Amino acid sequence: MPRILLSGNSAIGEGAIRAGCQCYFGYPITPQNELTEYMATHLSRRKGCSFIQAESELSAINMVYGASVAGVRVMTSSSSPGISLKQEGISYLAACQLPAVIVNMSRGGPGLGSISATQSDYFQSTRGGGHGDYRTIVLAPSSVQELADLTHRAFDLADRYLIPVIILGDSMLGQMMEPVEFHHEVPRRLPVRDQALRGAHGRASRFVKTFTSKPTELEEINWSLFRRYRLIEKKETTCESSLVDDAELVVVAFGIAARIAKGAIRKARSNGLKVGLLRPVTLWPFPSEQVKKTAARTKHFLVFEMNMGQMVEDVKLALDGAGEVGFYGRPGGVIPTPSEVFRVVSREYYQRGLSIER
Amino acid sequence: MKQVYRRPHSLKKAPFHYCPGCGHSIAHRVIAEVIDEMNLQDKVIGIPPPGCSVFAYHYFDVDMVESAHGRGAAVATGIKRAFPQAIVFTYQGDGDLAAIGTAETIHAANRGERITAIFINNAVYGMTGGQMAPTTLLSQKTTTTPYGRSAQLEGYPLKISEMLALVKGTVYIERTAVSSPANIMKTKKAVRKAFQTQIDDLGFSLVEILSPCPVNWKMAPLEAWQWIEKEMTKEFPLGVIKDVTGK
Ligand SMILES: Cc1ncc(C[n+]2csc(CCOP(=O)(O)OP(=O)(O)O)c2C)c(N)n1
Repeated sequence: MPRILLSGNSAIGEGAIRAGCQCYFGYPITPQNELTEYMATHLSRRKGCSFIQAESELSAINMVYGASVAGVRVMTSSSSPGISLKQEGISYLAACQLPAVIVNMSRGGPGLGSISATQSDYFQSTRGGGHGDYRTIVLAPSSVQELADLTHRAFDLADRYLIPVIILGDSMLGQMMEPVEFHHEVPRRLPVRDQALRGAHGRASRFVKTFTSKPTELEEINWSLFRRYRLIEKKETTCESSLVDDAELVVVAFGIAARIAKGAIRKARSNGLKVGLLRPVTLWPFPSEQVKKTAARTKHFLVFEMNMGQMVEDVKLALDGAGEVGFYGRPGGVIPTPSEVFRVVSREYYQRGLSIER
Repeated sequence: MKQVYRRPHSLKKAPFHYCPGCGHSIAHRVIAEVIDEMNLQDKVIGIPPPGCSVFAYHYFDVDMVESAHGRGAAVATGIKRAFPQAIVFTYQGDGDLAAIGTAETIHAANRGERITAIFINNAVYGMTGGQMAPTTLLSQKTTTTPYGRSAQLEGYPLKISEMLALVKGTVYIERTAVSSPANIMKTKKAVRKAFQTQIDDLGFSLVEILSPCPVNWKMAPLEAWQWIEKEMTKEFPLGVIKDVTGK
């Protein structure tokens, strides 16, 4: 397939359709409206598919729950305030072990915040987000191509592990246009998932539920969820590393911040500073092992996020004292330039007395 | 010997846990009989939300999925859109459908979703211990209206079925009661018609069932039946509220 120019939001839409997404339910909120509109244009009239502009994010996520119970691939998208409203539904999806893909083209907060790009939903995304003991897989793309690829992967992961998967982007990623290539054709017909509810035809009736009056039953459900989570941690943790082998200072950044950091690192390298990058692609499961391994080479880390310091906690937990972790963050939707981050990187580098390549 | 009464196939062999005199068990049985008679047992997907009937899947022998409180209509929408061959019904209390789930209900109705809502109006929140519901009558005492519901402070009993009748996507709405054998038979007829409306692909259907809650009303079961007929029906008159099915 030739490369085409698409916005991040549209690339998710196209990626979803090519992953066999049959239902999409959404509610308008900037900066992800292009995705809802893409689905209205390209999914709503497709045979066997359904698109609804719901009356709220609450409704949208519960429609997702219904479609997932009925066994089809289903997606919803929103941005931070709307994602907060979806949390009850995400908790139910997690509890019932129902696959779904939830896109958060996040924006500034708290409150109505701003529509500019931030990464302030890291905690909400990686800690479950709603009530109860659960996790969701969280994918953090940093380019339009990666949005398309990870959208496909999100549907596969959701089905494989029966878990809601969050794609965490931001307004910059959603709206910027880049060339993108799709590696999959729209599948003809996906098999209906086992355990789907479609009426007790030729089998005993089944039910899907979360509530129980027995704490021991719920404890077992929690245990089984966490056994699955351990498996996901083992098999699906993904992290990009670049220029880390000889690095004396390692920047850890995800999503669009990693993209900015790359520009800063290029500049640092051309000035003889040995700086590398770790970019978690799965925010949950977090690549703790990879971070820890890196500490065997250098103990100097700088975490850069577009928030007040959220992922930095996971980096510190991973290092468990084995590294010295600095932090630089810009919240509120301010987008730092690569030169700004370069200044921070080089200051950190000199202050720590790291060696310069002449 | 001729058998005149038996457990419907669509009910499991499990004793109901409902309080003595509760209307939920009658409503369950009525729905199950209709499912049997219409031969829908292998097509139905039921949606019980939190409420006294949250365990409905222990009784109904059909596919069922619990919904979050109030979200039944949205869950039903998702199922029906993903799998239109299913016959989908929600089974919701008055707190669930007419308070926390008002938006979901009205908009599913307005889209004319091909789903059926069974709406149990017992004028209180049963499961949480008898608090005020949107349908609580004026001057009715509940645990959160200990001095009786006051219009000035708590507003009026909400007639959500009449509201829904104004919505273009609804095609059949009837209010019945499970307060006498005759009313129970009428309830059954209404439930059958609501399912038929869905099968005929006409739009949204709803049956509101006035249902006794003797424990929270602090009445004997017989008294509760009488209270429905004397008091509740004054505010919530029985009968067809809307029928544009053309049948
Ligand atoms: C989000 C949320 N809020 C509150 C509750 C607690 N709750 C459970 S059932 C219920 C209301 C039950 O009343 P109703 O819907 O009238 O049904 P009934 O129990 O009377 O049959 C409430 C408030 C909940 N489960 N979820």
